[in-house]
Amino acid sequence: MKTDELISLLAADPAPEPNTVTRRFTAALAFGIAGAFLLMLSTHGVRTDLAQATGEAMFWGKLIFAASLAFAALIATQRLGHPGVHLGGVRLALAAPVLVLWLVAILVLLVATPEQRSHLLLGDTWSTCALSIAMISVPPFLAMLWALRGLAPTQLALAGASSGLLAGSLSTMMYALHCPESGAPFIALWYVLGIAIPTLAGAMLGPRVLRW
Amino acid sequence: MTLMERTKARDIRFADSERQLRDLLVKGMGGDAPAYHGFLKALSAHLRAYFRKRLFQRPDDVEDLVQETLLAVHTQRHTYQADQPLTAWVHAIARYKLVDLLRARKSSEALTEPLDDELEVFAASDTDAADARRDLDKLLAELPEHHRLPIMHIKLEGLSVAEAAQRTGMSESAIKVGVHRGLKALAARIRGTL
Repeated sequence: MKTDELISLLAADPAPEPNTVTRRFTAALAFGIAGAFLLMLSTHGVRTDLAQATGEAMFWGKLIFAASLAFAALIATQRLGHPGVHLGGVRLALAAPVLVLWLVAILVLLVATPEQRSHLLLGDTWSTCALSIAMISVPPFLAMLWALRGLAPTQLALAGASSGLLAGSLSTMMYALHCPESGAPFIALWYVLGIAIPTLAGAMLGPRVLRW
Repeated sequence: MTLMERTKARDIRFADSERQLRDLLVKGMGGDAPAYHGFLKALSAHLRAYFRKRLFQRPDDVEDLVQETLLAVHTQRHTYQADQPLTAWVHAIARYKLVDLLRARKSSEALTEPLDDELEVFAASDTDAADARRDLDKLLAELPEHHRLPIMHIKLEGLSVAEAAQRTGMSESAIKVGVHRGLKALAARIRGTL
C-alpha cells in the first residue's frame, strides 16, 4: 500500500472516538480502591481499636501521606499517558510527601532515647507490613495498567512505575485502616518500602504490557 | 547566515507549520475529512524528512515507519489535548516509534541526529515517498471480513462512506465503525511484524 492510499483511507475516518480518558481513569480508580479495600478487609481486617485510633494524629498522618502521594501519582500517570506532555511540577509533588515523612521520622529518632529507637523503626509488625501493602496493591495496579492501555504512553517504564506508585499509595490508604503502628520512623521505612515494591514492578512490566 | 539567523528562520518556519497543521487537525477531528486529509498529507512529509535524516543507514525502513506513525497518530488522536503544542505530541509519537523500531532491529548503530528536540519534527518536509517495504495490503487481507470489507470499499474503490453503504447494504454508521475498528486492528497487526 502506498502512503497516499493509506492517507486517503485514514481520512475516511476523521472524527476520533469520544474522549473516554476521564471515564476510564474514574472506573479504574473506583475498581482499584474497592478491590484494595475488600482485599484488606478479607485478609487483614480493620484494626479493632479504629474508633479510638481516629483520635490519634498519626492515624490521620498515615492517611494524608498516602492520599497526597496517590493524588500526585494519579496526575503523573495521566500525564505520562499523553504523548509530549511533561511531568513538570508533578515531580516535586511526588517527592514532597516522602521527604516530609522522612524529615519527621529523623526528628523523632533524634529526640528518642537509644533504647526506643529500634522499636520506633521495627514496631511489632515490620516483618509483614511491606509485603501486605504490596499484596493489597494488586487490584489497583491491574486497574491502572488497564486505564493506561487506553492512552498512548511513550515512556513505558516511567508510566508503569507511576501506575505502580499510584496502586501502592491507594493500597497504603487501605492498609492504614488495619495497621496498628504509630511510629513515624516505622512508616517512613516499611510503608515506603511497601509502596516501592509495586512501583518497581511497574517499571519492569511497563515496557512489556504498555507497548502500543 | 549566522547561527542565530538560521535558528530564527527555523523558528518562523516551525511556527507556521505548527499553526497550519493544528488548524487542519482540529477541523479534521470535528469531522472535516478534506482538512484531515490535508493534515495527514503534510504530516507525512514532515515525518518522512524526520525519519530519513535519522535512519540514514536504513533507508528501507523510512516509509514503513512513516506509515506506522501515521496509523499511530490516527488511532491515538484522542490523546491530543488542544492546549498542547502539536509538535510536542507528534514528536513524542514519532520518537517512540523510531526507538521501538531500532530496538526491534537490535540496532547498535548510534543515532547521529539528536532525538530530544521537539521542534525538529516540523523542521523539514519531504514529499518524495519511496515504496514501503512492509505491504499493508497483505496485513489488511489477514483481517476478519467485517473489518476488512469497509476498508476495501473506501480504499480500493475510492468510494465515499455513503456510496460504500449503498453498495454493501450496510448502514453508514456501520461502515464508519467498520473502518474505524479495522484501522485499529491494522495498527495492532503492524506491531507483530516489526
